Amino acid sequence: MKADRSAPPGHIQRLLLLYPGVLLAALFGLPFLIMLAVSVFRRQVEAFYEPAFTLANYAKLLEPLYLERLLFSLWIAALVATVSILVAVPFAWLLARSAHRTQSLWLVALLAVLSLSEVIVGFAWSLLLSRTAGLSNLLVWLGLLDQPRAWTPGFGAMLAGYLYLVLPYAVLTLYPAASRVDPELAEAARTLGASELRAFLTVVVPVLRPAMTAGWILSFVFTLGVYLIPQILGRPQHWTLSVLITDQAVYQSNLPLAAALAAVLLAASLLLIALAGRAGGSGRRA
Amino acid sequence: MSARTRGLRRRDLLKAGSALAVAAPLGAPMIRRARAAAPLKVGVYGGYFKDAFDEHVFPVFTRETGIAVQSVAEPTGEAWLVQLQNAARAGQAPADVSMMAQIPRMKGERAGLWAPLDESALPNLANLYPHFVYRYEDGRLSGIGAVSWYITLVTNTEVYPEEPESWAAFWDPANRDRIGLLALPSNSFLLEITATTFFGGKDILETREGRLEVMRKLAEVKPNVRLWYRDEGQFQQALQAGEIPMGQYYHDVTMIAAADGFPVRSTFPKEGGVLDSGAWVVSKASRMLEEAQAFIDWTCRPEAQALIARKVGTAPTVRRPLLDLTDEEFALVSSEKTPIIPAYAIYMEDGDWITERWNEMIIG
Repeated sequence: MKADRSAPPGHIQRLLLLYPGVLLAALFGLPFLIMLAVSVFRRQVEAFYEPAFTLANYAKLLEPLYLERLLFSLWIAALVATVSILVAVPFAWLLARSAHRTQSLWLVALLAVLSLSEVIVGFAWSLLLSRTAGLSNLLVWLGLLDQPRAWTPGFGAMLAGYLYLVLPYAVLTLYPAASRVDPELAEAARTLGASELRAFLTVVVPVLRPAMTAGWILSFVFTLGVYLIPQILGRPQHWTLSVLITDQAVYQSNLPLAAALAAVLLAASLLLIALAGRAGGSGRRA
Repeated sequence: MSARTRGLRRRDLLKAGSALAVAAPLGAPMIRRARAAAPLKVGVYGGYFKDAFDEHVFPVFTRETGIAVQSVAEPTGEAWLVQLQNAARAGQAPADVSMMAQIPRMKGERAGLWAPLDESALPNLANLYPHFVYRYEDGRLSGIGAVSWYITLVTNTEVYPEEPESWAAFWDPANRDRIGLLALPSNSFLLEITATTFFGGKDILETREGRLEVMRKLAEVKPNVRLWYRDEGQFQQALQAGEIPMGQYYHDVTMIAAADGFPVRSTFPKEGGVLDSGAWVVSKASRMLEEAQAFIDWTCRPEAQALIARKVGTAPTVRRPLLDLTDEEFALVSSEKTPIIPAYAIYMEDGDWITERWNEMIIG
């Protein structure tokens, strides 16, 4: 007790804050710095790499192959994030308004999806969309299709896989905000003559805007890091930069190039996130 | 060699010297005990290979020679080469003998990482096909073939009642969107397959112009390729189901699937199957060169190769006439047709360029 009184409370707080700070620096900051360092090292065919300072790895990004893959990756991540937010907003709103029991069942189901690995999700979708064992057989049985079709690999299959992985994150980010929205807000709009849809779009959506921005950013970042879904469910023209990074790191043992590609992917996504954050933020002020 | 390693070495020598002084009156049994105390560490690919060698191969070797073996699971890719290299700099050998894929074997050879082997300690070397004996530029032995496996033309028998004869089937417009191929140049060896099928051999791959010409020919298969796979399981499942009824795959695994009743077959095309392999190499930091050579020589015996063919399912490195395998046993893992041996050296010298042009070809 005596020691507690002698130490100023601010001091203890600072010490307590030091703990996560040190952990973050050790477990995130350090590996990140190592990656940045390796990205300027020189590739050595016989022995991985040697310490050096070269920008040759970054110069590779100017080649059409990598530049095009970078733009494609950012585009697909933005698309997946946008679609998942469009689905998650009405879903989270309806979920927050439903009975407690329904809410917990859905939340448990969504959390269960998070426990599935990318590999399992990819394989499950490739079976589900296959000609020999997939959903199209059900449609043939129902008389809606004349013969079974293969819907994988392809852009649609890949999008389905991505959305399946990302949607739970979008919903779980939006759900707390949606359940905090005062139901009387929408009711007031309805009393003033707005239709249910109009009340949702003009009253609820603007209130949820900060959570939507956060959910969009999370989905975007998560999609960028996914590298098995485009391999399993996409065609070569759908391979993202993450797929090429994996190839370089795992199969070509070219860690400097893999690190440089990853650093550029990170910088580009930080830039986009900053833009998205500003767009979301200005909406809040309005 | 750094001062630190030299220091360690000298201390080890001193220790060994005093041990010898004590052991001298006792003679041979002491050496036996020393062997038993320090097993020979053999690195094999983790998972299936390690399990199969642990169960069927190492115990037989130990029973016949008295040399104990401790197997070490190697990571895939080239990570093991880097680990061996870093350890050797510190005078350590995480494994005395390692099974290495050809490209990392060549990289290690270029870096001088492998202990030169003594030919007089390897009398069984003569049993091997010459393409399984690897040498430094000055002629010293750097590695010996350990296991080999074929990549062949595989088909689903329900979709293709007629067996195809040539790799050229991949180019047949009738096979649109039906084929599964490995996604990387250095594991599919499709450049070698294309060169052998359409350009009379692998010589054309020696220049960049030639490689581009082969890639242009290979690009013609793109409309037929449904899946460029990295994961074997994904293709095997699709082949068995008939979803992707043709492609390139591992002969041994396909034969096991066929034996399990799946409607699949493996064909050695008239141009030959692709023969890929792993080699035994000894780290220069190993202090058990003698035992390592005894192990490598033992695996070059026809009985050992027959055992490995039967129990591990790989193609023997020893000449066919020396083996007591029945024709059926031999056909499960190998073929006497002239194989297509990958042009490993081009990936070693120009791998980055090949990979980039390859990606442009299949993504573009």
